[in-house]
Formats: sequence, C-alpha cells, structure tokens
Amino acid sequence: MSDVVIKVNNLCKSFKNRKVLKGITEEIDVGEVVVVIGPSGSGKSTFLRCLNLLEKPDEGEVMIDGEQINLPGVDVDRLRRKMGMVFQHFNLFPHLTVLENITLAPMKVNGLSAEEAKEKAMELLDRVGLTEKVNDYPASLSGGQKQRIAIARALAMDPEIMLFDEPTSALDPEMVGEVLDVMKNLAKNGMTMVVVTHEMGFAREVGTRLLFMDEGNILEKGTPDEVLNDPKEERTQSFLSKVLI
Amino acid sequence: MSLWWADVVDTFQRCFISEERYKLLISGIGVTIKVSLLAVVLGIIIGFLIALCNLSKKKAFNVIGKVYTDVIRGTPSVTQLMIIYFVVFATINWSKWIIAAIAFGINSGAYVSEIIRAGILSIDKGQTEAGRSLGLSAKQTMMTIVVPQAVKNIFPALGNEFITLIKETAIVGYVGLIDIQKAGDFIRVRHTKHSCLLSEQRSYISYL
Repeated sequence: MSDVVIKVNNLCKSFKNRKVLKGITEEIDVGEVVVVIGPSGSGKSTFLRCLNLLEKPDEGEVMIDGEQINLPGVDVDRLRRKMGMVFQHFNLFPHLTVLENITLAPMKVNGLSAEEAKEKAMELLDRVGLTEKVNDYPASLSGGQKQRIAIARALAMDPEIMLFDEPTSALDPEMVGEVLDVMKNLAKNGMTMVVVTHEMGFAREVGTRLLFMDEGNILEKGTPDEVLNDPKEERTQSFLSKVLI
Repeated sequence: MSLWWADVVDTFQRCFISEERYKLLISGIGVTIKVSLLAVVLGIIIGFLIALCNLSKKKAFNVIGKVYTDVIRGTPSVTQLMIIYFVVFATINWSKWIIAAIAFGINSGAYVSEIIRAGILSIDKGQTEAGRSLGLSAKQTMMTIVVPQAVKNIFPALGNEFITLIKETAIVGYVGLIDIQKAGDFIRVRHTKHSCLLSEQRSYISYL
C-alpha cells in the first residue's frame, strides 16, 4: 500500500446558486500522476483550486498529508508551500525578471539568502532549458517559455505536490510540446501531480490514473487506457468521441 | 496705442512694484507651497490607509472607509476647512498653515483612496493567486506583487488629483491665511485694478 497524500471527502462548492462540485470523494497517493478531464464547466478547475484553497469548499474535507486543511485557524500559507500550482495564464509577475520571479518566494517565505535562491533558480532554469533568459522580463518570452518559467517558479518551493490547471490551453500548438516535456520529466522523477488538461496524449503517456468529471461529479475513473479506450459511461463516450480524433 | 501701453505699465507698477507689493505675492506663493506640499503628503498617507480599509475583508473596516470617503467627497472643501479650523482645532494653538494643510490632507485622502483602490483592483486576480499559491502571505503578496504593479496605473491619476489640490488651496483665505489668492485680493481691493488677478493666475501656473 502506498501513502495517501491527498484525501478529499464529500467536497461541495457553489458559486451563487450554481452547484459546481457535488460531493467529490477521492484519494491520491504519493507519486501518482492524476489527470482530470471533462467538458468545460464540469468543475475540474474548481476541484483543483479547492486542493490548495484558492477556492474555499462549502462542505466536505480536504486532507493533505493526513491533516485537514479547510478548517478555520489552519495556517494556509504553510500548507500551500507543500503544493505548487501552475495556471492556464501563467501569472508570472510582469514587474520582476525571470530570476526574481523564481527567487521571490524562496527568499520571502523560506528565508533563503539571495545567493542560495539564485543557485537554486539556475538549477531549475537548467532543468526547464531556459538558463539564457535569466535576466529577461516575462513580456519578452513566448507562451511556452512563460509556462516553463512558471513551472520552475513553483518548483523553487520544493513542493510535494504539483497542481496544473490547464497548463497548455493558452499556448500555440507548437509550444505545447515543450511544456509537456517538462511535465513528463517531473512525472518521471516521481512528483505527485494533479493535472487538469485536454491533452489526451499526455494523459495516456504519463497519467497513472484518469478522472472524468461532468457536472460536478467524478463520473468515471481508471487507468488512462481503461477510460480512453473503453469508457463505460455514455457521457464519457460522447465526450471522448468529440475530443479524440 | 501709447495710451494702452502706458496703462499696462501703470497697472504693472501698481500691482507689483509700488509699496513693494511683489513681496506680498511672493510670501503668498510660499504659503501656497507649504500648505499644498504638506497636504499632498498627508493625502497619500490617509488615502493609502483608507484604500486598505475599503479593500479589507473585515466588514468594520469597510464601513469606516465607506463613511470616510462618502462624507469627505460629499461636502464642500470650504466647509471642511472651516470645521477643522474653527471647531476641531479651535483650542489648539498650531500654526494656521499646518491646520489648513491637515484639512486639505483629510480632503485629498478621500480622493486618493479611491484612486489607489481602483489601481489595486486593476491588477489581475491571477497575480494574487500566483503569489498566495507560492506560500506568500496576503500582506507579502500585496506589498511585493500587487502594489508595485498598481503604482504604474495610479501615478497619472494621482498627478491630476494633486494639481486639483494645489488649486483648491486658494480657499485658505477663509481662515485668514494669506496665500497667492489672498495676497492678490488685497492688492486688487486697494487699487481697484482687476487685472491684478492675472498676476495670481500666472503665479499658480509657474508653481505648477
């Protein structure tokens, strides 16, 4: 038995009168790469954002490392350090250079010195293949480069878990590959990942498990091969028939 | 033509030269500068604090910010100046110009707070989310990520506000301070030369 790192129990969330999550229950183990797919509006992004409390759940429990995090009085900032997040629109800080983007949190939060932080940043930039951009501002980077920097920025905090919220949806098709390569590498190195995406190829190749969400529920789950090749639910079949070519 | 020119020279003579009137105007400029500079500083400090109140998640702070901006923006600045001078500071023996500057600072703070609030709200929510998701606290995110970006949006509007503020100080005559406006008035009343008003205007423009 492997260790459960994320445990979600009966998670509910509404915006105004619309129920977005209708009681999600799920466990994610260390080292898993869980890919979440589903039509827009199905609640997959909200599910992801509830894991690091960017959205506050209305009901239910979110446990990280056995500790319930959606309780009043829990130090959210401390818990968020365990989780890195990568956004659809990168959200790099435009007023800071690439280096400053990466070193900001390690210095402010973990108290690293400027040199230690820089050393680490260079290591990460090397990993995402962008060492030559260290002193550039985000505005001068392409979408794919921005997203690779955003991944490096999240990794700089040494997270146990990485959350990806449609990391390639805002990219030109040509640039999707370079970002997915970085993510595949991460997966190979044993990082626990939760990825919301429409990249079925990625799901098939590196996903250890696949969740299909629709209308606030997890409708179907299994290994990527099971779900993609032999979907049981009708809704899954009709979704996949539109997505897969 | 020569008659007209003679008139101009005569007016100039009366407005500036005779009885060393230029000295009165210069000291008037000094008062305007002192009052407006201190008021600008106070306006920024108060404006920033009130903006934080307005943006806070705590209801009590919201109410304070809302009442402050509504009351200050909803009443004439002359009234506020006179209330501060004749009521609030009635028994406190500070220099007139400091009290006047406090009144203008309080007034300006309400407008500055709205400018700052708008500037901060103009920054994409994703920036805050990115900061928080990295483990930065709400305060750290605000000070290192949101505010530095908001400043760029705030500056032009803030410049406008301060030009308005400087001109607004022309009402300090109401509490007996002799600024450019009042100095010009004295000269004008004594010599019934309304063209002296032009000299006041020029003084403001050169200050700005």
